[in-house]
Amino acid sequence: MVGKDKEKQTFHVVGKRLDGLDEKAKVSGSVIYADDFTMGRMLYAKVFRSTRASAKIKSIDTTAARSLAGVATVITAEDVPNNRSVTNVVGQSADVGLLQARHYVLAEDRVRFYGEPIALVAAEDPDIAEAALKLIKIEYETLPGVFDPEEAMKDDAPKVHGDNNIIARWKLRRGDINKGFREADVIVENTYQTQFVEHAQLEPESGVAWIDDDGVLNLRVATQVIEQYREIAHILGIPESKVRIRGTLIGGGFGGREDLTVEPYIALLSWKTGRPVKLTYEREEMMYGRHKRHPYKMWYKHGATRAGKLVAMEATLISDSGAFVYLSPWVLLYSAVHSTGPYYIPNVKVDSYSVLTNNIYTSAFRGFGVPQVAVAHESQMDILARELKMAPAELRAKNYLKTGDETGTGQRIESKVLLTKTQEAAVKALGDRSKPRAPYIKVGRGFASCWQSYGRMCYLHDTSSAWVGMEMDGSAVIRCGIPDLGGGQRESLRQIAAELTGAFLESVHVISTDSQVTPLGGTVTATRALFMSGNAVKLAAEAIRHDLLQKASEMLGENPEDLDICDGEVSVSGNRKVRIPLAQVVKAIKSEGNPLEVLKTFRAPTAEPITREIIEGQVFPDFTFGSQAAEVEVNTLTGRVNVTKITGAYDVGKAINPKRVEGQIEGGIAQGLGYALLEEFIEDKGIPKNVSLTTYILPTSKDVPDIQSIILESGSGKGPFGSKGIGEPAITATAPAILNAIYDAVGVRIKKIPATPEIVFYHLKERDEGA
Amino acid sequence: MINIRLNVNNEDYQAEVAAYHTLRDVLRDKLGFTDVKNGCSEGECGSCAVLVDGKPVTSCLMLAAQAQGKRITTARGLATDGKLHPLQEKFIEYEAVQCGYCTPGMLLVAKALLDKNPNPTEEEVRTAISGNICRCTGYQQIVEAILAAAAETNM
Repeated sequence: MVGKDKEKQTFHVVGKRLDGLDEKAKVSGSVIYADDFTMGRMLYAKVFRSTRASAKIKSIDTTAARSLAGVATVITAEDVPNNRSVTNVVGQSADVGLLQARHYVLAEDRVRFYGEPIALVAAEDPDIAEAALKLIKIEYETLPGVFDPEEAMKDDAPKVHGDNNIIARWKLRRGDINKGFREADVIVENTYQTQFVEHAQLEPESGVAWIDDDGVLNLRVATQVIEQYREIAHILGIPESKVRIRGTLIGGGFGGREDLTVEPYIALLSWKTGRPVKLTYEREEMMYGRHKRHPYKMWYKHGATRAGKLVAMEATLISDSGAFVYLSPWVLLYSAVHSTGPYYIPNVKVDSYSVLTNNIYTSAFRGFGVPQVAVAHESQMDILARELKMAPAELRAKNYLKTGDETGTGQRIESKVLLTKTQEAAVKALGDRSKPRAPYIKVGRGFASCWQSYGRMCYLHDTSSAWVGMEMDGSAVIRCGIPDLGGGQRESLRQIAAELTGAFLESVHVISTDSQVTPLGGTVTATRALFMSGNAVKLAAEAIRHDLLQKASEMLGENPEDLDICDGEVSVSGNRKVRIPLAQVVKAIKSEGNPLEVLKTFRAPTAEPITREIIEGQVFPDFTFGSQAAEVEVNTLTGRVNVTKITGAYDVGKAINPKRVEGQIEGGIAQGLGYALLEEFIEDKGIPKNVSLTTYILPTSKDVPDIQSIILESGSGKGPFGSKGIGEPAITATAPAILNAIYDAVGVRIKKIPATPEIVFYHLKERDEGA
Repeated sequence: MINIRLNVNNEDYQAEVAAYHTLRDVLRDKLGFTDVKNGCSEGECGSCAVLVDGKPVTSCLMLAAQAQGKRITTARGLATDGKLHPLQEKFIEYEAVQCGYCTPGMLLVAKALLDKNPNPTEEEVRTAISGNICRCTGYQQIVEAILAAAAETNM
């Protein structure tokens, strides 16, 4: 990297479409994922789960299961030292349901959702464990349950925990909402609804736990959060220093591995038996035994002037928290903050509620509450535009946030905002409109703009640490706790360190994801990985670079500012004849007692603690802005919607590796397509109906068309080299872009997703009958 | 228990299997081919795909005993003498790999396609891999990588 002037920076490694080193192992089939790992004397675990959505456990008898030959142990709630996890949600008023119920490890005297874990079995092989489950005798007494969040909000609704099913409320209050609506020439009011969605990572939940010869409980597990060793220690009632989580390369995360999954179970069983224990979920168990994306019901009311300026927005959001709290309050907060969309609106009133029901529990999923509100705000903007007889693009452009504007919480937008450019680029990339292939097929186009925060909430005082060290031969090692979900989290760190230290990219080794060996990098969630761990590695590598340049300048007799390091060599910028091998410089530094190893902690921008339900001020470090555009074919005979073209344009600040950014945009769009058209996890009075990949429909290569990804680089992000995050933003705009395209094609407004053929067909029928 | 012989990646193996064991059980659990993935056990996701006498099969739905005497190819068998197969190289070059879990099955299905149809259209590629779910990539780079591998081999 040369050039002190940031604008004129030339990069050798950062910004290049380089191959990732982890990929060789992946294409060779040599990666050892969680379930691929075995140990001697290993036991196999199974989970005994509730088959009722709401019931008292009258009696449970595990005697026969325990006596089965080959069964090592059976555990129930009474064997768990600390079975309950309880947290307070900041800022909540006293009448909001007390959080007795963040989660329980195992059900105690009551089950609250179908699939709730009640007992654990460990046996010599999985077949014996399965047989043992069948020998557990349980007697239920059905209790009234509640399965709709609006019903659950009523005073007389059955209570899932404590005495109030509402477990979080967040509000936005800005300006004067009544005055705002009085100023409006046009008002648009609608209700939108979204569904339970399953992460469907290809790799099932899996992990192995064992006690090593230091007496430390080790967990080798697919997780997005290795810091959960603390929770495991708490559950077992042992010191945190005695639990070590070694994260594996993961077969897909998407927020599905943000909460605890198999960890408590394998930890308990291993701690009890003293033997290694493996637990891997079957696909069916993945469907009914794990959390889902929150379904939302959203009432939205927008007011705008004839000239197309937004003057008022009011919304009520209700999310289904399922039977346990998990991360529901935070998902709701994200929804509330992002509910305005990326627009400047002077008068805002938002009320949001997260409510317990006896449905499957809901928690983190890529987008974290924002894809839901994006469906609403982008449909609203489209409807508003048509009411105003204005092009949807024009209405957006008049209202997009600009640098310096304040959001619905009063957070000032600091970065550049390239929304208009993203919208233009996304729409342009659709190319010429496709011709309908038959008279009963209608073609339509739509787009949607979105914003999504990157980095966790500021009041959490987020940090990420990384260690970088140079080896004698000029190679380098990075130690960073950050898990790699497949998004190339480790690869970015490699590129950043290679850029700054000048080591050959192939010689930079990343050792990651071990809670006792690697400095903690924090979670891979909240689109924070590049922002936080990338900055941590950058800080450490910059410190090393400084020492390298100082020593090299002595050795070459040149000024440090005139030197550059690249590909294992320090040389004078623009004059490679004056040069010295990096290894020589490293040896010289180390021989003087400087080990050339640096540990740095990056600290995200902070904010004051949240103290009330009205969210105000800076909530997130920054936002990523983007737009997506879609072309669809609607078959008016069958209601089937086929996406023929789809594009996504995002300002990612700086693309550390454009290939990986495109990969995120493409993957996010595919998931968004499934969200819009195909995927719905269905529960009927809390009983799951589609627990197989045959009945839960995932997009295949025939459902997803060619995707065009367009990268814009404003350089104004807070990540390394001005980058912003892309992981979650990639999914947020897809569904509304498709819904707007459907309207363009056939004039029907789908306000409840997924827009399955049946739904579209009946909307078409209604439209025709109305006409 | 039945004794079966099969050839995996050009090596002969023997295994004792129960009548109900699947080919995936044998490959993964008995013979150590953990590159054959466990994604669903109902033939829906394709991550367990292997080639049986050159044809793609979801190994979770094939009984182990049915593999008696067959030639099986797994992802580990794609490289020859340490050199990656063109498909593997293109998957890396085109970033067709993110989490990597669908990759072994995807590569084998792609190989079977190119062995039968060396110059497929994009439509034909998409159809061939439609039984392999990928949750990470959106299929875009996978399709491009397969087409690039086809183009290179046809040069």
